[in-house]
Amino acid sequence: MGMTMTQKILAAHAGLKEVKAGQFIEAGLDIVLANDITGPPAAKEFARMGAKSVFDPDKVVLVPDHFTPNRDIKAAAQCAELRAFAREQGIVNYFELGAMGIEHALLPEKGLVVAGDSVIGADSHTCTYGALGAFSTGVGSTDMAAGMATGRAWFKVPAAMRFEITGRLQGWVSGKDVILHIIGMIGVGGALYKSMEFVGPGLKSLSMDDRFTIANMAVEAGAKNGIFEVDDVTRAYMSAHVNRSGRPEKRARAYSPDDDASYERTIGIHLPDIRPTVAFPHLPENTRAIDDVGEIPIDQVVIGSCTNGRLGDMEAAASILKGRKVAEGVRCIIFPGTQQIYLECLRKGYAEIFVEAGAVLSTPTCGPCIGGHMGVLAAGERAVSTTNRNFVGRMGHVDSEVYLASPAVAAASAVAGRIANPDEVVV
Amino acid sequence: MGKAFKYGDNVDTDVIIPARYLSTFDPAELAKHCMEDIDAGFAGAVRPGDVIVGGSNFGCGSSREHAPVAIKGSGVACVIASSFARIFYRNSFNAGMPILESGEAAERIRAGDEVEVDFARGAIRNITRDESYRAEPFPPFIAKLIECGGLVDYVKSLGE
Repeated sequence: MGMTMTQKILAAHAGLKEVKAGQFIEAGLDIVLANDITGPPAAKEFARMGAKSVFDPDKVVLVPDHFTPNRDIKAAAQCAELRAFAREQGIVNYFELGAMGIEHALLPEKGLVVAGDSVIGADSHTCTYGALGAFSTGVGSTDMAAGMATGRAWFKVPAAMRFEITGRLQGWVSGKDVILHIIGMIGVGGALYKSMEFVGPGLKSLSMDDRFTIANMAVEAGAKNGIFEVDDVTRAYMSAHVNRSGRPEKRARAYSPDDDASYERTIGIHLPDIRPTVAFPHLPENTRAIDDVGEIPIDQVVIGSCTNGRLGDMEAAASILKGRKVAEGVRCIIFPGTQQIYLECLRKGYAEIFVEAGAVLSTPTCGPCIGGHMGVLAAGERAVSTTNRNFVGRMGHVDSEVYLASPAVAAASAVAGRIANPDEVVV
Repeated sequence: MGKAFKYGDNVDTDVIIPARYLSTFDPAELAKHCMEDIDAGFAGAVRPGDVIVGGSNFGCGSSREHAPVAIKGSGVACVIASSFARIFYRNSFNAGMPILESGEAAERIRAGDEVEVDFARGAIRNITRDESYRAEPFPPFIAKLIECGGLVDYVKSLGE
């Protein structure tokens, strides 16, 4: 029996010729990641395990991105714990404020993950790196601690769903609309415990930014991981983002699924059929095409996050906000994913466009997405957000509402003061 | 034996323990806000030995291990659901929070029912309705992890 892309990577890292769905294996890890929320508990569990030093200080990545810049004294204490652990362990890839970015935008940019890698991170959106053709999944703090101590993790080999992508994206439609459309179709438990594998001729019209967004939200369908077949777009990205911080350049390895690989279900996704898509409260599966949204006035727009804080996302927002104004009564917060993306926003003039439009440009942080800080919602308030979750209370008060959308829809909504199709605003 | 708190499908980790409280990993602190955004009365009403019953995809969303830690800190003896999100599933074992998968129990148990759980045997008894349910047995690898006392002790045993 043939293997899926995910199964091939797991087999290679477990030292096995073949693995099957449902099999329990222990696999070697290329990167083990945590942040300021999940890292400090992991450091404590690490000590409880009796571990003295991490398995490889080049392969542990620590990014204080959640409640930073420190939102209060407790958050400052957590960051101090993470920093102390990083120093004590000689962690090469610890990113202090100033170098820090939102982890899932930062790691690929720094060339820390390449195709064929096996990655765990104590953050559910670690599945983002599947865009590069890596196996990558989220875990909790104790699993992360065990990964730091041993360089290994246990996995149940996942069954898989295959998404065959055809055609090209149309107009303002982006990777965000593709993944919202898919989650709307299969539901938030539609890929529970499984891999979502993306293949097909339509991949070539998807930029790396589109792919990162799609893989990022695989977890929102319950998936263990999302993964894209490697092509020229992936290879161009990897050669432009070589890891210069640590040891010599990592060797990427591209895996394609076997012809007789077993997929539980194959779903065709024809890109021209997808419309700008919005997920209504309070689940990412509550999707509607923009044409069926109706009149929904808003209080806040948030553009950024590990889902949509990349340069292509900033470009989409800037192209809509250029020469326009954020509607009266709407607060618009834009936060690029990394310092490099922030710098590009300055160089390309996006920063000026945003500020002229009446938006605020924030430092990279996970704050607004999780109702942590930098844009918390009051009772009864409604936000359009390019983030990944619209659960009850996700961005603030339990009686606030989050509508998930692409950067283009979010920017158009900021201008219109209600959820809007970019085509209505950019005529 | 304890009382059942019943919830629906897709109970996410944001409602189990909202991100605004993630500045601590202390079970007692987290327990004060456990289930706050889905059931504001939970923290005041829950008693040691009570159980939480959910539908499918229980614990979806964020990877925060604070979620099973908060539930355990509340004194809950077991979480029963028809299915669990995968990170929550792993985290529960690692945090020592017993969970059982049983579609039958998830469907039949009503809020307030008196429920008794034999975790080792995967047996769930509903005293109020005089019914018994079976939970899915744990795969051998997971059973071994539980037997070792969890992942921390498992890793310790590798070092010895």
